[in-house]
Amino acid sequence: MSSADKFDAIVVGAGPAGSACAYILAREGKAVLLVERGDSAGAKNVSGGRLYAHALKALGDEFDISGGVERKVAREEIMVMAGNRSITVSYHDPELGGEGQIPNSYTVLRATLDGWMASRGEEAGAILACGIRVDDVLVQDGRVVGVRAGDDEVYADVVVAADGVNSLLAQRAGLIGDIPARNVAVGVKEVIALPSKVIEERFALREDEGAALLMLGCTGGVKGGAFLYTNKESVSLGCVVAPEEVAHKGKPVHRLLQELKLHPAVYPLIEGGETVEYSAHLVSEAGIRGVPGNLHRPGMLLAGDSAGFVINLGYTIRGMDLAILSGVAAARAILAEADPARVGPAYVSELEKLKVLPAMRATRGYVDLMEVPRLYENYPYLAVELFRCLFTVDGDVPARMLDTARGALRSANLSLWQVAKDAWRGLKI
Amino acid sequence: MAIRVMDTPELLSLNKFNVDEKEPHIRLDKSKCRSCQDRPCLVVCPAGLYRLDQEGEINFDHAGCLECGTCRVMCNNKGIQSWNYPRATFGVHYRLG
Ligand SMILES: Cc1cc2nc3c(=O)[nH]c(=O)nc-3n(C[C@H](O)[C@H](O)[C@H](O)COP(=O)(O)OP(=O)(O)OC[C@H]3O[C@@H](n4cnc5c(N)ncnc54)[C@H](O)[C@@H]3O)c2cc1C
Ligand code: SF4
Repeated sequence: MSSADKFDAIVVGAGPAGSACAYILAREGKAVLLVERGDSAGAKNVSGGRLYAHALKALGDEFDISGGVERKVAREEIMVMAGNRSITVSYHDPELGGEGQIPNSYTVLRATLDGWMASRGEEAGAILACGIRVDDVLVQDGRVVGVRAGDDEVYADVVVAADGVNSLLAQRAGLIGDIPARNVAVGVKEVIALPSKVIEERFALREDEGAALLMLGCTGGVKGGAFLYTNKESVSLGCVVAPEEVAHKGKPVHRLLQELKLHPAVYPLIEGGETVEYSAHLVSEAGIRGVPGNLHRPGMLLAGDSAGFVINLGYTIRGMDLAILSGVAAARAILAEADPARVGPAYVSELEKLKVLPAMRATRGYVDLMEVPRLYENYPYLAVELFRCLFTVDGDVPARMLDTARGALRSANLSLWQVAKDAWRGLKI
Repeated sequence: MAIRVMDTPELLSLNKFNVDEKEPHIRLDKSKCRSCQDRPCLVVCPAGLYRLDQEGEINFDHAGCLECGTCRVMCNNKGIQSWNYPRATFGVHYRLG
């Protein structure tokens, strides 16, 4: 990077947010520098993961994602677990999988996805500089005018911080403070290699179809859950938990994941596979409450995870799609406003138009519901216990339904009153 | 190699790392750690890099760090003196992610 360069925009971080932003800006003829600390885009990144495809529309019809994704999700499963027992709900829908066209979501591996997206940005004319860690923002008269990496300084009209959930840049720029531990969860994951034929047989999938499985009740009572996504020739199996509760209960998250691998309902899905990578990453859990009051300051915008744009509803987690949309929103604002002072407000109104902020606001209640501690142990236990009673025939005189339910409630440590209150809370959303 | 329980050293051995021997990206202030009662780092680090030595002091090895930031958000008593991402080209390199 030479100090003589001045760009229209510097985008820090080649995740989905940064690459989407750089792609649009470059396509529209702007001089864009996309800086990434990893040796390649994606080398530092982890998600579950699946990418909800709707966000790609904002990149334009010509944007091709084919080389960046694994399978089209046509099977959605939810597993509720208590001890060795489990209930699985499975929803199969060829139309979800897009039947050869655009699906609802794709499974992804981040080295591939991020590498692919950054290359599209480069193709459109952005300069991709990997292996450079941005250390600080440069400020003149209260305005962000560029970035510093080591001894290098580079200038631009706008800096877009797309540097992820643990955004040192947003902190440097004074847009966010210390990240409260209760606002994040930590996720760990193993990628387990399996032949594609085996994956398709085990999950009853056609050749390019994929499955997404979300699990509840497997975190030892800690707020969180687990996931399994099928890639082309591997599955991604991981756990996501609240670190404060992990510290309190004392069982490390990697141990939870090891136990999950041997769970009688999970083991058959991964049997014969070989773990080829182990990863960990934070994910924002606070919903709209985790979004900073100021998403911009003169000369600088926050996009993607650095702005807290993640919606985690337990059965779906949306981060990458919101990252892409917010990257596009940033690009549109920069393109629309010649006056730098107006770029920030324009960004916020683009976030409204692209439904990023409205979606965050609308899901506030769900995020609150996730705080109910009973969701992670008592309710899974109750559900599994009811199914056990339903299916067990032991030759005894069958109990009345009401007595069965009462017994299950008691053994799940729940009162009818508590259940009614929680149900009401859920229905109010 | 069948599916089985693995401990963190074995899990980390599957990953590609380029360890920065000169400049650790996380530095501890051992005097703060000594008086810390909570020590969440011992439990929350998904790479298991914070350990107690024989004297009961916290020992930390930055090699194997997955750069997740969990210790950073959980360290309340400022035992982590500085936390940065590794210098460019160093640290973990996910081949799959
Ligand atoms: C376990 C887990 C499971 C998840 N599952 C899903 C899922 O299934 N679906 C979904 O949509 N979302 C999921 N998410 C959330 C999703 O991964 C994020 O929301 C998404 O990656 C955010 O994209 P981003 O571009 O904002 O940030 P990131 O993808 O984090 O990209 C930030 C980039 O900035 C770079 N960077 C950081 N600092 C610097 C610096 N100083 N200089 C240069 N470069 C820098 C990083 O190397 C990185 O490439 C999951 C997250 C986790 C942790
Ligand atoms: S950043 Fe994550 S992996 Fe690295 S030491 Fe801290 S908690 Fe452990």
